Amino acid sequence: MTAEQILFLLTGALILGSALMVVATRKLLHAALWLVAALFGVAILYAILQASFLAVVQVVVYIGAIAILFIFAVMLTRREMRDQGQQTRTNWWIAALLGLLILAGLVFLILAVPGADRLPAALPEGLDTVRALGNALVSPEAYVLPFEVASVLLLAALVGAVYIASVGKKD
Amino acid sequence: MTFASILEWLIKGFVWVMILLGGFAYLTYYERRALARIQVRIGPNRAGPLGLLQPIADAIKLIFKEELMPARADKLLFFLAPIITLTPALVITAVVPFGPEGLNFPLFGRVITWQIADINVGILYIMSIASIAVYGIVLAGWSSNNKYAMLGGLRSTAQMISYELALGLSFVSVIVLADSTRMIDIVEAQKSMWFMVLQPVGMVIFLIATLAEVNRSPFDMPEAEQELAAGYHSEYGGMKFALLFMAEYDKMIAICIIAATIFFGGYREFWFLQNTWFSVDQTPILGPVYVFIKVFILLFGMIWVRATLPRIRYDRLMAFGWKILLPLSLALVFLTATGILLAQEVNPLFMWGIPVVSLAAGFIAILGMYQTLRRKEHARA
Amino acid sequence: MSIPLSWYLILAAALFAIGLFGVLSRRNAIAILLGVELMLNAVNINLAAFWRYLDPAQMAGQAFAVIVFAVAAAEVAVGLALIISVYRRRKTVVADEIDLMKW
Repeated sequence: MTAEQILFLLTGALILGSALMVVATRKLLHAALWLVAALFGVAILYAILQASFLAVVQVVVYIGAIAILFIFAVMLTRREMRDQGQQTRTNWWIAALLGLLILAGLVFLILAVPGADRLPAALPEGLDTVRALGNALVSPEAYVLPFEVASVLLLAALVGAVYIASVGKKD
Repeated sequence: MTFASILEWLIKGFVWVMILLGGFAYLTYYERRALARIQVRIGPNRAGPLGLLQPIADAIKLIFKEELMPARADKLLFFLAPIITLTPALVITAVVPFGPEGLNFPLFGRVITWQIADINVGILYIMSIASIAVYGIVLAGWSSNNKYAMLGGLRSTAQMISYELALGLSFVSVIVLADSTRMIDIVEAQKSMWFMVLQPVGMVIFLIATLAEVNRSPFDMPEAEQELAAGYHSEYGGMKFALLFMAEYDKMIAICIIAATIFFGGYREFWFLQNTWFSVDQTPILGPVYVFIKVFILLFGMIWVRATLPRIRYDRLMAFGWKILLPLSLALVFLTATGILLAQEVNPLFMWGIPVVSLAAGFIAILGMYQTLRRKEHARA
Repeated sequence: MSIPLSWYLILAAALFAIGLFGVLSRRNAIAILLGVELMLNAVNINLAAFWRYLDPAQMAGQAFAVIVFAVAAAEVAVGLALIISVYRRRKTVVADEIDLMKW
């Protein structure tokens, strides 16, 4: 057991434990905060994977923006379903069964595939991953098209969110 | 990752946190004295010579105050909120370099640098920590079970999210100018010229946005006392209040350090001292001193703003953030990138187009501010 | 670096299953979106792990992880705007009660 493996296991326990609390806790605000803990764990995983850019973007976008939006929405809609009352459907056990089935299937698949126990490839000497990622995102030979599509999607989402959430003056 | 490097981080981090905590105590003293001077008063002058022991007296008072727990508050969150507020303020400066390479010294076979963590995404790390700073305030407001605190928390969320965009975009100009996201590269890129000169409007946007991020006046909405009692910290007392207060002042110190690093040359010397004995290349020990001087001046600027400007109204605050600052900072990113491209491809003189065109854009933004934010538009019908 | 790739994949699979359970079992629409976020994160862990373990010189994994970030942000912005808009008109955030289109 190396230090890195212990770190991974601790992080994994943090992620899965918080994720369980997200789906299990009754208070919605607490669920959103547990989501923050899980997202933070994922950021640590990225750091272990040496994907430093992904780690900080995970914190900026997920924790700093998305989770805050969730907390905002919980605060704005709290009169209804004030944390008491049934939080789960009556047939939640079907969902649990389905989740377990999918988990079992995936684990079986992962263990069956050859090469799943491989160790990480060596990082090329002198590779600046941030610069390489930036180049990959805007170079025409690589991923400029998905990148542009994502930016158009973001613009559409911005306009759509403003339109949906704004109080219409006529109605 | 060896035991020695972990020990080094621990010791450096501990020392730096101690410096920040001491800095907090004396920043309150500095602010009270400076405010008093501006308001033609004397300020604290009884405890110790020149009132220098005043922070200690304040600390003793706060420690012995009774702590209240509001009825039906979310007890765990109420307890955690001050800690969550303080932590980002303490860790955000971990990537800032305080001294040049010449100041590194060997100790027990290790080279000790004047930086806690040298990571290759340093400036993005600062952005990410700045973006999680909002949690403490939101949670403090929510868990207090008090409608004024809750309103303060909601306001601060909206305000900080809005100004974060302009803040992040002003970082982008710096990244583009320095061609790196590592803090030490950003400082070294300002060797011949501070980014303040190349991107003056970006610096102003950065300073305005950080004022909003740390809820300093004129953007102190979350605690506007005439409207909200004391906003998110209405229900806090004793040491919990002291932690919130400490977070506010440590954030001030932190953002002044960051501003000094990314716009004012960090540990580099002042431009008129280049190639003299006072430059950090010849006398590396002056690096931390320069950082301190720059931070001291910037802090005075923040105090000065507080003494001068009245609080901006909430709807105008949001309109200013979204309609003026965000488009302006987007335009600045575009201008900076274009200027650098032209300087590389055509003529290095195009570098000077960046400040000139930026100032023109800033002027247009001021005109726009006059158009959209003036009293008439927002007057009640 | 002594962690086998399968550890990451199994962790991501477990996170995905938990997220799926959340999506299927919660009644509150906001809680359903929380589950969706967990599932998206599971996908991202896989993308980052494949990038690191297969060919770090190819930035495909990281590039698509970044695009998933953008998609997640868009999804949450529109989703929460919809929920708040529905809440404003019908005073409910329970997904089962938003059933006007079923008649």
